[in-house]
Amino acid sequence: MMTPRNGGGVSAAEQIVSLPGHCVHLGTHHPLILDCGAALSAFPVAYQTYGTLNAARSNAILICHALTGDQFVAETHPVTGKPGWWANMVGPGLPLDTDRYCILCINVLGGCMGSAGPDSVNPDTGEPWGLSFPVITIADMVRAQAMVLDHLGIDRLFAVIGGSMGGMQVLEWASLYPHRVFAAVPIAATAQHSAQNIAFHEVGRQAIMADPDWCGGDYWRYGKNPHRGLAVARMAAHITYLSEHKLTEKFGRRLQGRAEVTYGFDADFQVESYLRHQGISFVERFDANSYLYITRAMDYFDMAARHNGVLANAFRDTRVRFCVISFTSDWLYPTAESRRIVKALNAVAADVSFAEISSNNGHDAFLLDEPEFRRVLSGFLDGAAAHRGLPPAKHGT
Amino acid sequence: MTRATSALLRGDLQLIADMIAPESRVLDVGCGDGTLLAHLVRDKRVDGRGIEISTAGVNACVSAGLSVIQGNAETDLFDYPDAAFDYVVLSQTLQAVHEPKVILQQLLRIGRHAVVSLPNFAHWRLRWYLLFRGRMPKSEVLSFEWYDTPNIHLCSIQDFVGLCRDLGIVIERSVCLDHKGLRHRISRSMALANLLGEQAVFLLRRS
Repeated sequence: MMTPRNGGGVSAAEQIVSLPGHCVHLGTHHPLILDCGAALSAFPVAYQTYGTLNAARSNAILICHALTGDQFVAETHPVTGKPGWWANMVGPGLPLDTDRYCILCINVLGGCMGSAGPDSVNPDTGEPWGLSFPVITIADMVRAQAMVLDHLGIDRLFAVIGGSMGGMQVLEWASLYPHRVFAAVPIAATAQHSAQNIAFHEVGRQAIMADPDWCGGDYWRYGKNPHRGLAVARMAAHITYLSEHKLTEKFGRRLQGRAEVTYGFDADFQVESYLRHQGISFVERFDANSYLYITRAMDYFDMAARHNGVLANAFRDTRVRFCVISFTSDWLYPTAESRRIVKALNAVAADVSFAEISSNNGHDAFLLDEPEFRRVLSGFLDGAAAHRGLPPAKHGT
Repeated sequence: MTRATSALLRGDLQLIADMIAPESRVLDVGCGDGTLLAHLVRDKRVDGRGIEISTAGVNACVSAGLSVIQGNAETDLFDYPDAAFDYVVLSQTLQAVHEPKVILQQLLRIGRHAVVSLPNFAHWRLRWYLLFRGRMPKSEVLSFEWYDTPNIHLCSIQDFVGLCRDLGIVIERSVCLDHKGLRHRISRSMALANLLGEQAVFLLRRS
């Protein structure tokens, strides 16, 4: 495990929370100025680490989590009791080999697993922020992550890797801090949220805000939770993470625990029952306002817009080694979006690999056991590690 | 996988490799499973990139640590900036593209040099095949039937040299391989090379 560079001084500011992992308070001396103009000071950021930082501090990999992910990548989740969301990727001998790399994952700004977000306490009022929390962007998330790295004394990441919203953060990392990133792996990602992406998010947000228990965002004040709205938001979103092929294969028109339809509105079909379960289990671990903030951050994401509409300008003169990965059945962030990124990187003659992985699992493929995906990711990281001068794997994978 | 096989390069790939200066920037267009690229990266320490159309090829390359993108030479070369590479390699592919002339110009826009290898359609065995059998010639190098061949723009060594002349492209070096794999300098005798060369490799630059 790593120790903060300026150990004693910083640890005093660290908050001990009930969650496993680490939490640091940032912005006490210099606030984080957000894209919206607000300044965030003395805000908590929670993170988790796996593996050991080497003496040269050159083997750190930052994993950026997706919309509903969190820092508990490779361990039993402290709230749900389920395995970490990338437990099949992160661990000894796995593609993100904890015997070789020091893996970090930071709960995003706006999240609800220990980092500052609408459910965290506003130090000025002593109450949860609620909707008074400033609207954040993907770039704000990345700037907060860079502050965590400053705190840990990691000047340069060996790699920054993430799928979906994590991939958006990867792109921002490469653009905002090119000198702090050796290799970047945006997976199943996009450089710009499309109208369709925004549309699905708006459905989710409206579902939450239409729940009377949302109470204008102040549900915490009334001891309520808009769990029905949040569950509907999750259900709608979950459909976008799968593929029609996968839904058909998994459920078809099969009925749930009954021989005939009931001519009513129970979950007659297995797919209904599955989605309801997805919705219900999600609300146990996720904050409704957090969902509003993070989906908003994704909707605002448009890297080209900040660079006169030319995406390539975001990566001009970059020395970062990129590996862009997409999945054939992903219709949320389809391969065409990854190609757009590759096109921009080619336009600046960046060092880029791009592989489209054949899979029926839709957008969620990046979370699942996809052998081809593992091979490509491992191979890219091994190649990058050799260039970075990191030692090869011990167990010749 | 790629690295293991790279010790023994296909004849034309070895010719191409010999034309590339160490530690240069190289783009291999249609890099297949990365055999040449891996060889160049390892033995010549080049900064190597590749474009490959087949998913299997790309995944093999990236899995072997090579910087390769899934893409199509006919559309994706336009994305690169001018003079981004010292060498752009196009091996046994020019005859399979829709617009060889445009692709050739693109190679020399994005590369200071281009290295192009081609099957020679005027090789004596192919001439013999057509003359005496009266059917579309086939050989080890050109193994497809006429109806399913990807080779839609076959040419002779002489044809290619003519195109380069028309486009104002300078041929710095040109070598052909006969059917036994022996090398011949094309500049020595064009007519002979055009008859004996089964494949040819050209090192090109803009005038």
